[in-house]
Amino acid sequence: MKLKFWGVRGSIPSPGEKTVRYGGNTTCLEVRTDTNDLIILDGGTGIFPLAQTLLKELPVKAHILNTHSHWDHIQGLPFFIPIFIPGNIIKLYGSFDPISGEGPERIMNVQLQYSYFPVREAEMKSSFEYVAVMPNEVFQIGSATITPVLLSHPVVNLGYRIDCNGKSIFFTGDHEPHFNIYDPVDDGYKEYQSLIEEQRQSIVNAMQGVDVLVADAAYTLAEYPSKKGWGHGTFDSSIELARDAGVKRLYCTHHEPTRSDDDLEKVFAEAMSRHANNVGKLEIQLAREGDEVVI
Amino acid sequence: MAETSVELTKKLSAAVEKMPAFPKSVQRILELTRDVNCSPKELVMVIEKDPVMTMKLLRILNSAYYSFPKQITSVNQSVVYLGLNTVKNMALSFAAMGSLPKQNAAGFDVQRYLMHSLTTASLARTLCQKYSHDDTDPADCYIAGLLHDFGKVVFAQFLPEEFKQALAFSQEQSISLHAAEKQMIGSDHTVVGGMLVEKWQFPQQLTENIRNHHSVISTENTVQSCLFVADQISKYRALGNSGNPVVDELTPALVEYFGGQMEEIISSLGDLSKLEAEAQVFAQVSKEKS
Repeated sequence: MKLKFWGVRGSIPSPGEKTVRYGGNTTCLEVRTDTNDLIILDGGTGIFPLAQTLLKELPVKAHILNTHSHWDHIQGLPFFIPIFIPGNIIKLYGSFDPISGEGPERIMNVQLQYSYFPVREAEMKSSFEYVAVMPNEVFQIGSATITPVLLSHPVVNLGYRIDCNGKSIFFTGDHEPHFNIYDPVDDGYKEYQSLIEEQRQSIVNAMQGVDVLVADAAYTLAEYPSKKGWGHGTFDSSIELARDAGVKRLYCTHHEPTRSDDDLEKVFAEAMSRHANNVGKLEIQLAREGDEVVI
Repeated sequence: MAETSVELTKKLSAAVEKMPAFPKSVQRILELTRDVNCSPKELVMVIEKDPVMTMKLLRILNSAYYSFPKQITSVNQSVVYLGLNTVKNMALSFAAMGSLPKQNAAGFDVQRYLMHSLTTASLARTLCQKYSHDDTDPADCYIAGLLHDFGKVVFAQFLPEEFKQALAFSQEQSISLHAAEKQMIGSDHTVVGGMLVEKWQFPQQLTENIRNHHSVISTENTVQSCLFVADQISKYRALGNSGNPVVDELTPALVEYFGGQMEEIISSLGDLSKLEAEAQVFAQVSKEKS
């Protein structure tokens, strides 16, 4: 399999001289299976430059796996040019949202309203299909097997495991490790703690042994307390997750929009030094826009 | 009434979608959610004290949209799986439907019903913690207690005329309310409550506990034993009002399991005033009235 990072920034696109090395586009990853099936993980603004490259290989068959419906994971979709070209086949996979009672169709319905975007949903000329997927219900895309996994974020967020010919990738989308809502003295503390541990273990099992884990590492340890409950992990929580799951290589992503390249490298180096002696053979890198990985 | 139980379930389960929650929890949810950083545990506490909100929340979580590795039976589990914000927004959407009117056409006092459900839930949990010989989760006893009479509030809301007759018949004849319901409605609250949770794919065990909460039981089922005794204590001590004037006798097996008759079990539980006071706050029932 091949993996390419088209967008590694969290929250909002952040172009400029301070982010030129790691990139300013929001989340988008391209995966090519061994049989060249095209799987796109999230449609942040990184999907726009990806779309340009696809115009050379029309007609396109693209499978877009959406982790969740926050802007930085969907805002590039209206600019994914293949959706407007007849003959292309696009499938958008995502979860059911218990608040709206709708599935991934809502991602396009909401964005392609005439007051926000000049082209209406009815004018997408490709064959466009929505697929509501469920946690733990495995499905097939070409030669790849996909397993959606429920993670922890303010809206329902599915991580995806992609397995193909003995190689594997896991992408978290956005994920904050569960925390106990009770104080240790409260009645509910123990019960809640055991629920959390059970859930963490099921996440570790789901990403067990993958060749590449791309994980939400938005914050530093120092930043986290003031962002608790916002739905993102830290460098340290991602490293620990990767280590516990026996992952071979971890890419830290969802870089803070205000973090310059220099600062990003600095906080990453600090996290690496904290874990220098306890990660075994785990390789750890920063996700960088434009980087390609062969797995 | 001529409807078959299948038609009745269909009608009632569709109706529950539109059913508002209890006034105090609606008010508290609206207050709490005004603050973006509202206390998660307080939010859980409010939802788990409202049978309608709990029922609706668990209905969505156990639906075919999510295939969780196990069925969800508590509000805490809902928060772990779906996240606090999602649960908060779901509660807010339930709250936005208004609240159950204190007066309904059936003349059924929903606040005193809530008091009965809350005290039964807490008592069942306490009994489990104190007397269970196995690894039964006290939280399962709580949820069974909270939802055991859900069929009644559905009747009051959607079959008020028939339920009113059943309530009156039960009082006049001093017979149990479920017997009166069978006569007037053709079904009773245990059947309807059980059918609703079954339809919504709640755990089979919970369905059976709701369905059998008036039946003669074996003490092998810890949840059912605790629920049955809690239900009787709540009625015996008039902690709220379930609309049922009959307090059932404890079977010899139950007496043996809990080490005594009703009075002895009650005194073994110590001071119940805290449990009563907590339920009162939510049921908004004054001490004199209950």
